[in-house]
Amino acid sequence: MDALLQFLFSGLTVGAVYALVALGFTLIYNASDVVNFAQGEFVMLGGMITVFAYQAGVPLLLAATLAILITAALGVALNKLAIEPARGAPVVSLIIITIGASILIRGATQLIFDKQLHRFPAFSGDDPIRVMGATILPQSLWVLGGALAVFAVLWVFFSRTLTGKAVLATANNRVAAQLVGINTGWIMTLSFGLSAAIGAFAGVLVTPITLVSYDVGVTLALKGFAAAMLGGMGTPKGALVGGLLLGCLEALTAGYLSSQYKEAVAFIVILGTLFVMPQGLFGAKTTERV
Amino acid sequence: MSLLDVNGLGISFGGLKAVDDVSFAVKPGEIVSVIGPNGAGKTTLFNMISGIYLPGRGSVSLIGTDVTGTAPNRLAEMGLSRTFQNLQIFQEMTVLDNVLAGYHLSERGSVLADLLSLPGMRRRASQARAGAMKLLNRVRLDEKADEIAGNLSYGALKRLEIARALALDPKILLLDEPAAGCNAVETEEIDHLIAELAAQGIAILLVEHDMKLVMRISNHIVVLDHGQKIAEGDPATVSRDPAVIAAYLGTEYKEPAHVDG
Repeated sequence: MDALLQFLFSGLTVGAVYALVALGFTLIYNASDVVNFAQGEFVMLGGMITVFAYQAGVPLLLAATLAILITAALGVALNKLAIEPARGAPVVSLIIITIGASILIRGATQLIFDKQLHRFPAFSGDDPIRVMGATILPQSLWVLGGALAVFAVLWVFFSRTLTGKAVLATANNRVAAQLVGINTGWIMTLSFGLSAAIGAFAGVLVTPITLVSYDVGVTLALKGFAAAMLGGMGTPKGALVGGLLLGCLEALTAGYLSSQYKEAVAFIVILGTLFVMPQGLFGAKTTERV
Repeated sequence: MSLLDVNGLGISFGGLKAVDDVSFAVKPGEIVSVIGPNGAGKTTLFNMISGIYLPGRGSVSLIGTDVTGTAPNRLAEMGLSRTFQNLQIFQEMTVLDNVLAGYHLSERGSVLADLLSLPGMRRRASQARAGAMKLLNRVRLDEKADEIAGNLSYGALKRLEIARALALDPKILLLDEPAAGCNAVETEEIDHLIAELAAQGIAILLVEHDMKLVMRISNHIVVLDHGQKIAEGDPATVSRDPAVIAAYLGTEYKEPAHVDG
């Protein structure tokens, strides 16, 4: 029982990070039908920039803020410089552009920073908290709380603000959105900026636990993609549930089977979802109206 | 002064001149119809006027401002709104939300004001709701306000799209085959609606295949064939024009004299 709780704690922690990555996928996918494979790099940049700003003497909170803002700016730049000029190209080409962007970001990060593993101190120390025989790191609580806060803020944004509703309208039907006067180009820019910021925020939260180096983005993007598929591409609720579920599945597999199988879980989830319910847990069943 | 001026508009797809050198004008309160056989370039013309396609040649001006190639969302702000032949509806939203989306521009305020739900925002939102219900009532969809739009019949969606376009409070409304797929009763309702809107001073530019409807309500008709304007004028003139008759029915076939041999 203690073991189960322990596995769940660690599963929920990494699951919260997957959920944030999946949310990043969701936002961009909704605005543009593009699956942005540079999403994992945003997480990595959040961690890396914070590390180096912190080492340069910038206070941690400021360093983290800086990292989020810079990454958001890079997200906007990705849209403006690479996606927008290719507008009208098939979605597959746009997806390949994002793969190219992720390689570029990884390469540039190696050059500008380095290839080492880094971390910065946890926000509230490293003393584990005991809960019913299991332990949890204070930083894990930060990750979970941070992820839930992001989802809550986003929920308010989508349900209460006109800009949020404009994003939903664009996701639903881009032409119709333009017809009612929504600047869908701006919505795209906003989505890329927001996704990058959310990714970087995840990176800031999780770096004290998992450490960061220039190449952590690849796996994160894959896991986040699996989570988004599981929950249903395009639904924030699906991103949250899919992320947490995938994290727990991984932790339970590692705990009860073997940690060697842990990395396979994401692939099995992708395949299983595609075989059994391609629309995911919360995805809308799409039917073409003719 | 005309509300909409189309001047020498043209576009080519590959080597095909889909629309070539088409000019006409629409005045406030006027109903102008664009007719022509299938493939004549009517929808392409609409797509250029409404900013979906970038015209290859010529210009479009709205109330004296050049708007050639302006994005649809900017045109919406400037008072041009349209419907589509093949429906552009927010399928997963409710009927009411579809129309409310049309109030997007008039409801616009800062994100912060939204979050704090300041009284001004709340008032604007409730005004939009009341306006949307009125429009739904006008197209007889008020009883379906809370249904998901995707579940509506084709004819109802056509009317919903018109209601949404009206929510933008347009000066000119482009209707692409509003009566297509509608039964006789629905067609007559759309007929009345268009006449009412024109009487309010909204200019209407119409593409429609229902000739009875077109002849009954148009002030002015532009006839396209193979991308070119072949005739223009009031319904009576156009319907007698030999070029128009030829385009629709083909030229009369004269039997060649028999040659013995």
